[in-house]
Amino acid sequence: MKTWVKILAIALLLYVHIGGLLLDVPRLNILNETIRALYFHVPMWFGMVLLFLVSSVYAILYLLKPSSNLDAKSVEFANVGLVFGILGMVTGMLWANYTWGSPWHGDPKQNMAAIALLVYLAYFILRGSIQNEEQKARLSAVYNIFAFTAMIPLIFIIPRMTSSMHPGSGGNPGFNMYDLDSKMRLVFYPAVIGWFLIGVWIAGLRIKVRELEEKILDIQHDQIH
Amino acid sequence: MILNLIQKEFILELRRKAVISGISLYLVSIIFICYLTFSLRQSSINEATWSALFWLSILFANVNGIAKSFIGEKQGLLIYYYSIASPQAIILSKIIYNVVLSLALSVMGYVLFSIFIDNPLQDKGLFLLTLLLSSFGFSACLSLISAIASKTNNSNILMAVLSFPVIIALLLMAIKLTKNALDGLAWDDSQDELWNLLAINSIMVALAYLLFPYIWRS
Repeated sequence: MKTWVKILAIALLLYVHIGGLLLDVPRLNILNETIRALYFHVPMWFGMVLLFLVSSVYAILYLLKPSSNLDAKSVEFANVGLVFGILGMVTGMLWANYTWGSPWHGDPKQNMAAIALLVYLAYFILRGSIQNEEQKARLSAVYNIFAFTAMIPLIFIIPRMTSSMHPGSGGNPGFNMYDLDSKMRLVFYPAVIGWFLIGVWIAGLRIKVRELEEKILDIQHDQIH
Repeated sequence: MILNLIQKEFILELRRKAVISGISLYLVSIIFICYLTFSLRQSSINEATWSALFWLSILFANVNGIAKSFIGEKQGLLIYYYSIASPQAIILSKIIYNVVLSLALSVMGYVLFSIFIDNPLQDKGLFLLTLLLSSFGFSACLSLISAIASKTNNSNILMAVLSFPVIIALLLMAIKLTKNALDGLAWDDSQDELWNLLAINSIMVALAYLLFPYIWRS
């Protein structure tokens, strides 16, 4: 990852944290100041879906042309995506606690998000239960593609069909209902980009760590023989 | 080739009756347990509970029945298939065979439910169409997952863990359609769900067809 991208990510998030907490937000009933959670909750989901998308693209590339590098990328992007998903769930529960009255509300979007996390937890369990490295990479790539494609209707279409208190569901508008003055977009879009770049950065670091570990193993292996 | 393979599946299945009768007994046991645990308050089982119980029984019977399509096959037999048929022919034949199996299980479950528990359906045609469509999805998804799980150490646990999150989209559509059938709504109201179910099915079949060769190669 280029240095300027890292600096950009840090600058964007600094701006998001300062601007998100200090800039004006629309005054709405019930939501009040908790509307600022939008800058931190929604980008987590955007980030998760994008990271899972990157992960499954690497899985496709792996199947077309197998190499341990592509497999490492696919796993680590899924890993970071999972962390983003868990953070999205926690921030959503905190927000829900203030606006809906309880952290877990049986809301369709919440349930679907939980299922999306289950899919990728299952992905890691699958990886854990295969010994052969090559087979592990291939089978988990197949499951990754299959699960991601089956997940899209899950988290995007179904919540829109059922009634829900969550914005963007059951005919409710998306976050348009909040930003009457579109000022919030000025912070929201940088937040999405910034968090996603941070996710890519973390994944990149983890891929490097993985490569180094492999090298160490190789050296140790050579020393033994 | 596909026809031969399907024929082979049926002949094998009918010859060793243990598997099919085992799955049937499994379904009967689940439904009987549902009946026993709910019989004290038989009047109080409402429609939502009926559909939840029905789909749970069908889901578990399907997972166990279709898991057999790759898990438990002898290694030598798999190598033999590998040498005589293309992977596409094998997965398609398995899917088609499993559609028949899954549909048979669903219809059997429905009959048993009407005998033991209740039959509150108002629109039976819509419900049977739902059973047909969902058995396509179950079959395609579970056949592929079974092929993945068969390569691992603890295949039976993985079969459940891997398939449940993926199958939920399908299951939710089926449950929604069942609700419409229970209420006897007009078919126009179920159109969206039917198309969705069909779309999910096509995605699952297409993915199974495309991805299976990569699993098969090992």
